[in-house]
Amino acid sequence: MGEDCAAALPANAWNWIAVWRRNYLAWKKVALASLLGNLADPMIYLFGLGFGLGMVVGRVDGTSYVAFLAGGMVATSAMTAATFETIYAAFARMHAQRTWEAILYTKLTLGDIVLGELAWAATKAFLAGTGIMIVAAILGYAAWPSILYALPVIALTGFAFASLAMIVTALAPSYDYFVFYQTLVLTPMLFLSGAVFPIDQLPGTFQEAARLLPLAHAIDLIRPAMLGRPAGSIGLHIGALCIYAVLPFFLSAALFRRRLMS
Amino acid sequence: MSKVAIDLTSVSKAYDDRIVVDGLSFNVAAGECFGLLGPNGAGKSTIARMVLGMTSPDAGKITVLGVPVPERARLARERIGVVPQFDNLDLEFTVRENLLVFGRYFGMSAREVEAVIPSLLEFARLESKAHARVSELSGGMKRRLTLARALINDPQLLVMDEPTTGLDPHARHLIWERLRSLLARGKTIILTTHFMEEAERLCDRLCVLERGRNIAEGRPHALIDELIGCEVIEIYGGDPHELQSLIRPYAHRIEVSGETLFCYAPDPEQVRVRLRERAGLRVLQRPPNLEDVFLRLTGREME
Repeated sequence: MGEDCAAALPANAWNWIAVWRRNYLAWKKVALASLLGNLADPMIYLFGLGFGLGMVVGRVDGTSYVAFLAGGMVATSAMTAATFETIYAAFARMHAQRTWEAILYTKLTLGDIVLGELAWAATKAFLAGTGIMIVAAILGYAAWPSILYALPVIALTGFAFASLAMIVTALAPSYDYFVFYQTLVLTPMLFLSGAVFPIDQLPGTFQEAARLLPLAHAIDLIRPAMLGRPAGSIGLHIGALCIYAVLPFFLSAALFRRRLMS
Repeated sequence: MSKVAIDLTSVSKAYDDRIVVDGLSFNVAAGECFGLLGPNGAGKSTIARMVLGMTSPDAGKITVLGVPVPERARLARERIGVVPQFDNLDLEFTVRENLLVFGRYFGMSAREVEAVIPSLLEFARLESKAHARVSELSGGMKRRLTLARALINDPQLLVMDEPTTGLDPHARHLIWERLRSLLARGKTIILTTHFMEEAERLCDRLCVLERGRNIAEGRPHALIDELIGCEVIEIYGGDPHELQSLIRPYAHRIEVSGETLFCYAPDPEQVRVRLRERAGLRVLQRPPNLEDVFLRLTGREME
């Protein structure tokens, strides 16, 4: 049992960096296309919904709809970027490309690899979320300098969603299963977490459920920072995101150990 | 350094109800090339994975480079190089980048990796390909790069799972020649193979596996002499059973495999005389090899 745990845990605090750097090197070769891909989708939502729907709904939560939506889209883009990196790219490295297998011939443990992949997915989420935020800020939909508080939250959001997606990656027999996670988990979360409309528009039980969702916690931190308002329950939101980042990490590492090293 | 590089004692492994490795014991001395020879499904790859600590045995004891595995496999792996059955190079990276990235997994600094890259490229005969993308390399070049990658941590022991499977004969010979040069440098090699020729040419000793059991072990030529010890005549193109009764008196032993009849005869000339008046037969006389050993031990051909 001892060796089981050792293989699933990071061997030290820095081994993961080699995995992160490997992914960074691969990304550098396609950086422009990758950034455009990460930014285009949330940007289209922001402006399509923001201006189109914004004309109909008017002011929301004491601000223009675009400004309201911007915080939701920053958090959502971090969620999407982290998730897609993990369920598609990391899955490919684990499965078809056998990159993880090669890494396991070295000093690194499975825990090191998973941590490196999470850190990398969080990095991509940070780039995507920050990109949207900069665009929103340039257009005047976000308040300087309080949006700086949103930066660490975007990274943490990326980490939490990468960690959750890592469980899906560990369990999925093939790519075909990821669509279930997208349509049954992520898309409902988008509408339950207050990304596109305020949570208080939801029926009571859904509002209760929303308190548990990581995206809701992320938005509750990012939106006030972008609107230049004080955020409430900061400790609770950060704590919730940390739990979503840490627990699935250990669970997924244990699942990978069973999958790859039995 | 310990004299024994790998020691397996009564190792067993089953997946669900299927026994893959069954009470296997063998040891590999430092500096030798040891082969695990057997057909697909004999448990070779599972044994290689267990030696690396990537799979835990259900029972038995494994020691690699003096370290218990899988308990302290990470320590052992620092001194092991691995050539896997399926290439797992980073295809989007150049040859050089692959080595750089892999060196980092061993905690090597960029400077340390840079220092060994020229000699690794020279060893792999890839000097001119340093900046080529791996996806542009031929199968043989990829294998050589995998071999160079396995040497980046200057390992004492190389674990190779089917190192030449899927290569054309020219590329295969080049790999064999490279492996012999590693043995000359004092490296220990354990390799799995289902190529008899590979086992015969490279291995100091080998263990013949069938269904996870060690059915014979020794030096290739000692095994051949001991278990066969005479010329072999292969006969095709007739009714094997009828031919069998015809040449039985002159043969040590006769094996039928598919449409081929293998006749082990101390005096092959007598057998040939008996077959001379038969039209349409193809008769091939040759020295015995490991293929015959396997056929003798298992009653079937390897592939």
